[in-house]
Amino acid sequence: MISDLFTTTVLIGILTSGIRLATPYLFASIGEMFGQRSGVLNLGVEGMMLMGAFAAFYVTLTYGNPWLGLLAAVIVGGVMGLAMAFISVTLGAEQGISGIGVYLFGLGMSDLLFQRMLGTVETVRGFRPVGDFFATQFPNLLPALLAIPIIGSITSILAQQNIMVYLAYALVPVAWFVLYRTTLGLKIRAAGENPAAADALGVSVARTRYATVTLGGIMAGIAGASLSIALLNVFQQNLTSGLGFIAVALVYFGGWRPYGVLFGALLFSMVNALQLWIQALNIPIPFDASELLIMMPYVLTIVVLIFSAGRVRTPAALGTPYERGS
Amino acid sequence: MLDFFVKYPRLGRLFDMLLPLLATLAALGVGAIMLQLLGANPVTAYGALLQGAFGSQNALADTIVRATPLLLVALGICIAFRAGVINIGGEGQLVAGAILGTLVGLMFPEAPGIVIVPLALVAGFIGGAIWGGIPGLLKAYYNVNEILSTIMLNIIAVQGMNYLLRQPMIDPAQAQLASRIPQTARLAQAFDLPRWIPTRLHLGALIAVILAFVVYIFLWRTTIGYRIRAVGLNPDASRYAGINVKRNIVLALLLSGAFAGLAGAVQVYGVHHRMFTDGSLAGFTGSAGFNGIVVALFGKLNPIGAIPAAFIFGALIVGANSLQRAMQVPAALITALNGLVVVFVVSSDYFSRRLARNRRTGAETPAAPPKSTLPPALSIEGEASQ
Repeated sequence: MISDLFTTTVLIGILTSGIRLATPYLFASIGEMFGQRSGVLNLGVEGMMLMGAFAAFYVTLTYGNPWLGLLAAVIVGGVMGLAMAFISVTLGAEQGISGIGVYLFGLGMSDLLFQRMLGTVETVRGFRPVGDFFATQFPNLLPALLAIPIIGSITSILAQQNIMVYLAYALVPVAWFVLYRTTLGLKIRAAGENPAAADALGVSVARTRYATVTLGGIMAGIAGASLSIALLNVFQQNLTSGLGFIAVALVYFGGWRPYGVLFGALLFSMVNALQLWIQALNIPIPFDASELLIMMPYVLTIVVLIFSAGRVRTPAALGTPYERGS
Repeated sequence: MLDFFVKYPRLGRLFDMLLPLLATLAALGVGAIMLQLLGANPVTAYGALLQGAFGSQNALADTIVRATPLLLVALGICIAFRAGVINIGGEGQLVAGAILGTLVGLMFPEAPGIVIVPLALVAGFIGGAIWGGIPGLLKAYYNVNEILSTIMLNIIAVQGMNYLLRQPMIDPAQAQLASRIPQTARLAQAFDLPRWIPTRLHLGALIAVILAFVVYIFLWRTTIGYRIRAVGLNPDASRYAGINVKRNIVLALLLSGAFAGLAGAVQVYGVHHRMFTDGSLAGFTGSAGFNGIVVALFGKLNPIGAIPAAFIFGALIVGANSLQRAMQVPAALITALNGLVVVFVVSSDYFSRRLARNRRTGAETPAAPPKSTLPPALSIEGEASQ
């Protein structure tokens, strides 16, 4: 029954998975946002996520330490981000298309490495829910909190998340601060709005863009890792299945602002969590069409893009390589 | 080195034309290193690849069969990119065309093939046009970035396909079974595209090549084609010249989708004779919607140039499969290499631009217009066209 959705357990479940599902989007979108704010569209996010996901998974599986896995994802993502920066900044290549190239490379390469180095789908012991940690350190605290009516529900939602989820949400205010309250943020925005003026004022447009695109790569790698060693704890070919592209869409959706991106990521993942729960509960919908439910977030994204397109202004120099004196 | 080509402009132009080829050789070089790391001898591996792609009559036919959807998608990509719009939605448009095309064959199983097949191909064309026209309208009238909308529509298309094949369009025989494999019934034999027995080569290849010339004539010899290219080169100037920029953007994406849709219908009637899904887009399309972009770029966005480009990439795909069989090198290697080819080809444009600039500043030669693979207006945002 549809009323099954409105029990406390299910609502907590939806909130828990909704909050958790936003994690990879937050990492990838915030990273991408910095790149776009400085004028570079990186469409290779999906490929970088796949490579990061594989690196993190493989290292965690081999050494048993998810932090090492995360480090591997940071390195792999950073190298790919650096490559993308070289392609788009130094070589001035068309960004949309070279991004597709980077995506195809990541898609093929991660699959190749997966088949060669693992061969089969395995699970890994990744980051655990923070609740596990508290349960061992303070055995009496959690049950006591869970017993209180509303605080208990909130505690339950929070305790089921792992450290990556917390990091993702902590990133939003940090990104806001960097973008709007630091010199670096000013340089980034200047490079994306009016590179010629920024250049005249002594801001190195190239160096700024290198920094943001590399950062975007690192974040995409972390986003991949958040899937393979924190949310799903598996790796398989095309693990991300379009997630990276949605992360790019969320940057537009959020109007190139950290809190806008947060709102978009939450909305998207809540709708996703809702449809997952509708399927899990076997709620009878008029006809059997789980696919139509899966479609929902994507249709929603297009609809929101329609409404947000006129409202917010794109960074003026987005997608255009900067060449001094041209 | 570039100064050398400035001094000898004819060699410079040759260098320009050969750039994609050089970029591909560079990608294959990287591929050789990767093969070495995978423990395969690059020379033997590339030998196996060539053998698999061209080694026999059947291999050659398979290469052409694989090249056919790539060429059709690439033709559409040429139109879109020439208009300054980036169409990443080839996968979804191909599926949309395949669905509509298949429906025609399923609805009239008794009708003569001579009527149904052309009708189905037109249906495929229309299906793709609808799926391409939506992002066109969204871009032109709502300023929605077409890269994003086409990507979203890809995902929506695959889910739509999975639903249709699992429910309303499922093979009645499968519907009786517990396994319920999501695929349609096999289309009537009378609807199979004529085949060059004993190979798998079908009429679709010829259709694609003819259409390549048609698209070339369309883009360079008709007023509509001229307008589409003008919009891509300079939307502002086009508007002042009285060209309806928005309408041409819609038209370009619509046509772009239509060719991908036709590719879908050709795949159904020429190769698979039914629709099926493994849950992913690539399961049905073989990533032709993405690889078509590679082919179009490789052909320097020229429909005629796309013919050999499609052939080369068809060979790469067929060769990669036999490479996988012969040497246990995963075919995913070719996906990665395709990505590198895209990156290298797009990046090599840097040398074209440098060359053009050196030519302009060089004293030896008169000023020449800058030559670039991509229309200058091929920027990411829609504002330029507003």
